[in-house]
Amino acid sequence: MSDIVEKTLTALPGLFLQNQSVGGPAGVKASFSSRLGNLVRGITALTSKHEEEKLIQQELSNLKATVSAPTTTLKMMKECMVRLIYCEMLGYDASFGYIHAIKLAQQGNLLEKRVGYLAVSLFLHESHELLLLLVNTVVKDLQSTNLVEVCMALTVVSQIFPREMIPAVLPLIEDKLQHSKEIIRRKAVLALYKFHLIAPNQVQHIHIKFRKALCDRDVGVMAASLHIYFRMIKENSSGYKDLTGSFVTILKQVVGGKLPVDFNYHSVPAPWLQIQLLRILGLLGKDDQRTSELMYDVLDESLRRAELNHNVTYAILFECVHTVYSIYPKSELLEKAAKCIGKFVLSPKINLKYLGLKALTYVIQQDPTLALQHQMTIIECLDHPDPIIKRETLELLYRITNAQNITVIVQKMLEYLQQSKEEYIIVNLVGKIAELAEKYAPDNAWFIQTMNAVFSVGGDVMHPDIPNNFLRLLAEGFDDETEDQQLRLYAVQSYLTLLDAENVFYPQKFLQVMSWVLGEYAYLLDKETPEEVITKLYKLLTSDLVSSETKAWLLAAVTKLTPRAHSSNVVERLIQEFTVSLDTCMRQHAFELKHLRENVELMKSLLPVDKSCEDLVVDTSLSFLDGFVAEELSQGAAPYKPHHQRQEEKLSQEKVLNFEPYGLSFSSSGFTGRQSPAGISLGSDVSGNSAETALKETNSLKLDGIKKLWGKEGYLPKKEGKAGDETEAPPVPQESIIMESVDQTIVKKDQSQVLTQSKEEKEKQLLASSLFVGLGSESTINLLGKADTVSHKFRRKSKVKETKSGETTSTQNMPCSYFSSSSDVTYEDDYYLDTLQDRGDKELNKFSLSSELLDSESLTELPSAEKLSSCTESTPSLFTDNMEGLHTPSTVASVANEISLASSLLEETSEHMHSDLVEVCDNETISVSSYKIWKDDCLMVTWSVSSKSGLELKSANLEISPTENFKITEQPGCCLPVIETESIKTFQYSVQMEKPFTEGNLSGFINYQMMDTHSVQLEFSVNLSLLDFIRPLKISTENFGSLWLSFANDVKQNVKMSESQAALPSALKTLQQKLRLHVVEIIGNEGLLACQLLPSIPCLVHFRVHGDVLALWFRSSCSTLPDYLLYQCQKVMEES
Amino acid sequence: MIKAILIFNNHGKPRVSKFYQPYSEDTRQQIIRETFHLVSKRDENVCNFLGGLLIGGSDNKLIYRHYATLYFVFCVDSSESELAILDLMQVFVETLDKCFENVCELDLISHVDKVHNILAEMVMGGMVLETNMNEIVTQIDAQNKLEKSEAGLAGAPAHRDAYIFSN
Repeated sequence: MSDIVEKTLTALPGLFLQNQSVGGPAGVKASFSSRLGNLVRGITALTSKHEEEKLIQQELSNLKATVSAPTTTLKMMKECMVRLIYCEMLGYDASFGYIHAIKLAQQGNLLEKRVGYLAVSLFLHESHELLLLLVNTVVKDLQSTNLVEVCMALTVVSQIFPREMIPAVLPLIEDKLQHSKEIIRRKAVLALYKFHLIAPNQVQHIHIKFRKALCDRDVGVMAASLHIYFRMIKENSSGYKDLTGSFVTILKQVVGGKLPVDFNYHSVPAPWLQIQLLRILGLLGKDDQRTSELMYDVLDESLRRAELNHNVTYAILFECVHTVYSIYPKSELLEKAAKCIGKFVLSPKINLKYLGLKALTYVIQQDPTLALQHQMTIIECLDHPDPIIKRETLELLYRITNAQNITVIVQKMLEYLQQSKEEYIIVNLVGKIAELAEKYAPDNAWFIQTMNAVFSVGGDVMHPDIPNNFLRLLAEGFDDETEDQQLRLYAVQSYLTLLDAENVFYPQKFLQVMSWVLGEYAYLLDKETPEEVITKLYKLLTSDLVSSETKAWLLAAVTKLTPRAHSSNVVERLIQEFTVSLDTCMRQHAFELKHLRENVELMKSLLPVDKSCEDLVVDTSLSFLDGFVAEELSQGAAPYKPHHQRQEEKLSQEKVLNFEPYGLSFSSSGFTGRQSPAGISLGSDVSGNSAETALKETNSLKLDGIKKLWGKEGYLPKKEGKAGDETEAPPVPQESIIMESVDQTIVKKDQSQVLTQSKEEKEKQLLASSLFVGLGSESTINLLGKADTVSHKFRRKSKVKETKSGETTSTQNMPCSYFSSSSDVTYEDDYYLDTLQDRGDKELNKFSLSSELLDSESLTELPSAEKLSSCTESTPSLFTDNMEGLHTPSTVASVANEISLASSLLEETSEHMHSDLVEVCDNETISVSSYKIWKDDCLMVTWSVSSKSGLELKSANLEISPTENFKITEQPGCCLPVIETESIKTFQYSVQMEKPFTEGNLSGFINYQMMDTHSVQLEFSVNLSLLDFIRPLKISTENFGSLWLSFANDVKQNVKMSESQAALPSALKTLQQKLRLHVVEIIGNEGLLACQLLPSIPCLVHFRVHGDVLALWFRSSCSTLPDYLLYQCQKVMEES
Repeated sequence: MIKAILIFNNHGKPRVSKFYQPYSEDTRQQIIRETFHLVSKRDENVCNFLGGLLIGGSDNKLIYRHYATLYFVFCVDSSESELAILDLMQVFVETLDKCFENVCELDLISHVDKVHNILAEMVMGGMVLETNMNEIVTQIDAQNKLEKSEAGLAGAPAHRDAYIFSN
């Protein structure tokens, strides 16, 4: 088949040159007389990009004239659209035609409508404003009796549809699930899948219908529903375990050939369907023995049946193998799967070989012997002409690296690195080499040389963590001080040699690393004097190829070396040269150096030797400025106002609109922007004294309650704000390794010895034995790759402390931040609390309802004594449960100990709300429990590790696996060399959500060493929900109003309430307590709530109660937050 | 899911491009250029997969095939099977061949809309909708007939027996 295609395609160039009259081999070419044909021919004839551009621009301007002419018929318009599509595809802007495409979809007959829809789906993107104009057309077409129109509408919906308009079409599409034609049902399912992707909460209620689709009598519809299930199971597999049986039955039927012959592809029954089902089963059976047992039979059958030698059979086999290795293992199946992997790896077909390597990489963690079986093939793949195969092989080797084969594997990686030019590959590989080198380096020389290679190749593209970690490693050192010094000395010597080389250019980041190391550790040299080192640095400083950022590093190094250089003319010259430099930064550095040199004692104390890891004492409160500030204030200087306050004042001066929440609504004159929710009306007023005037107009009673922002004489600044200002100081940045460079000098390194690979078997054998050393069964523990703690040569210390690049830089950083605005957050808090109080007082008088709410609010925000006690009470009971199962007296004692410690732990955190202590994992020696602390500014997750047995545990280390959803910061003091007998240690992590989502898992592991150096690893995970990251946002109604208008993303939904809470107070209470929303304001049956997703994504809620319906309206600056929050609201309302 | 389907010729001129994820116009052009750059320098006898290179992140992979003057490239994420996509591509090309009676590059240019219609029957919103060539051709034919007559209220003929499919 493909041969035919190729033949006809080869004939193509000739076709372009053929004259119109000659005609193509097929009749289809007749329509090529169209103007598109002319255009295409014209473009093909052109030789330069410039000419093409001219021609297309010409064409576009013609088209523009045509489409906007009133005489253009729809038929012509259709033809124009096709040409526009062509121009857009070539990358030219045809935005003038978008609106016409929508019009065409609206007005055209079937053929024209189809082109219109096509153009729309190709031109526009999901958030394009013109898309709203399409909604009506889509709704109309969905209701059409013409199948083609319905199909077109469904297709366009699944391609692009504005999220906020989903409610408009949702019922129509739901109806289509019952349509008599299977193609419509199928497309409807996929359209709903699209909705599930972009707005999951809006299709929550139709999950039951998805189940119906899964049981549809038509296979196509069922297959379409698998897409949804795959997605949903991927997100949360536990919710769909009950469907495992159904999926297995379906797969059995498919594999057994029970489907119509229609579904066969090269006589394989429905291969795509099989693949999809196998993937779903893999997800369901992961770590779940009971579920996995259900699928063993069908997997066995699949493996057995897939024997035909067609490409697609291999696709099924590959999926099977993947699933077998994903689910709870069964040795019989694993054996068969391993055989299959062999088929892939040994296949002469390159695609299969690639997949074989991928499969090997995947299974290697479970079954390292498999790599041994195929070692010769792997060696061959290392020299494969296809770089992709090579890369996959390296990936495989990376997984099996251990202390014995590290040198060979890293050398292979470096070889590959030197051949590749793509940035992505370099970044990826360089990171891996650095990681391996840190972990398994056999000796100092090798480590430094490998890192040198990494820096010179990875240079300016590599991840900034690599140089940072390397420097930290050097600075912090290991347990053995003399070895540290040797490593440092070796690094210094190697850099000096590198700098001696003529005409070699190193990447900027490498130079920065060098200058830091030389500056810090050149004192270790015996032969070379500091003067010599300074001379070398000076040479670099005067080079044109060095970026100004690197020069700052170099100068810092020189500064550090100067106190040890007795007399240096070079320094003298350098100062002279750079004090007149045009670069202000350099000039400042030079002046600093100049002045420091005048006071040698001060200089020595400022730049102590080998103290880069010591903490710098910084007066963060800037108390030494107090006198100055007081003096200035007494002389009439204006007090400092933080940025946001100034902004606010400016705004309130400019804005004539006043946000007036209470009064009778009056129209918002002159306001054309977004509408505020009903009941919150915007008053407009011309005078600056807006609050007061507005109040007079509406209701004089409220005057006393409103916070006086504006008086007769203008703004009334708050006193406590002023007082707090001067004492609050900006945090002084400690981190000073900032690496960014633009230069792209990649230098070939000399030290990576290229191992010549002859084709001889012998050599390969040799290589194999060096690569796969330590993979035998006797050392299987080592193989677990990264879990291998014993052989870590350069295990990074898990200190939170940032490496400082020397005191000079840190001190230089300070002046810049002295006068930056002070901590806004604290100030704001005061301000809001203040408003809150005012408001609270007022409301107490007016609304008994809201006062009740405010009371309950204080309950939720500051944990009540009751709650606390319940927490502590629950803790011992937790452990009592444990005790029943334990018998040895020592364990009981330790548990008792644990209780007291645990409760003391909880007491420590009692100023914040926290969850109960829950045990997440345990074994005979150790038990890990976890609880969450909902701090105001972050979520703290604490794991407390207690050793149960009488043994001492060494090198206990708790690590949390990074996930893309969370940002995790370790709290200090988490690495414990030794956990003493029967004690508890806690590890605290502050967690932030990177982007909103409903639920996520935080997993990690703890590993420790027993006395007999036997290393044990224990995995655990903790479930975090969105609510863990939601905090009340204490804002005033005014702020609510202005924020409300500034947010673009909104979601509205009605939620049914159960009868028990069908009143405002109870509904509110639920929202407030369960979701941690802050009640801003209550007006009759409406209310305003505010919350924020940590760290600072605000979300505002307006709600109204009608009978038993709660109308919720969310707005936020984040597009997805309202959806998720709404989902949570629905959940809590249902629950209560 | 499938993120994008691209067809360009040996010189990197795009012939058909369909994106199932919202990308800006510039990004789209950049993706086409980069993809061509990556794919065109591959030898003939190497594998058809390129992993973790573009369109946002290492999760994505390119699966491509070279037919005479044209490159067919599917950009997919990790939830798609490489080999299955390769076969899907074959189904696509065979369908094009059937619909255009010996397809060539010229057909793709002059009937861009038709190509997109065929694609829409196979892949919907990035999801594989139909993999049976005959089924796709029947759908396309039925639609063409309807459009020509402009009258039809009758739907596409049912040509698959309903099948007992319950659990």
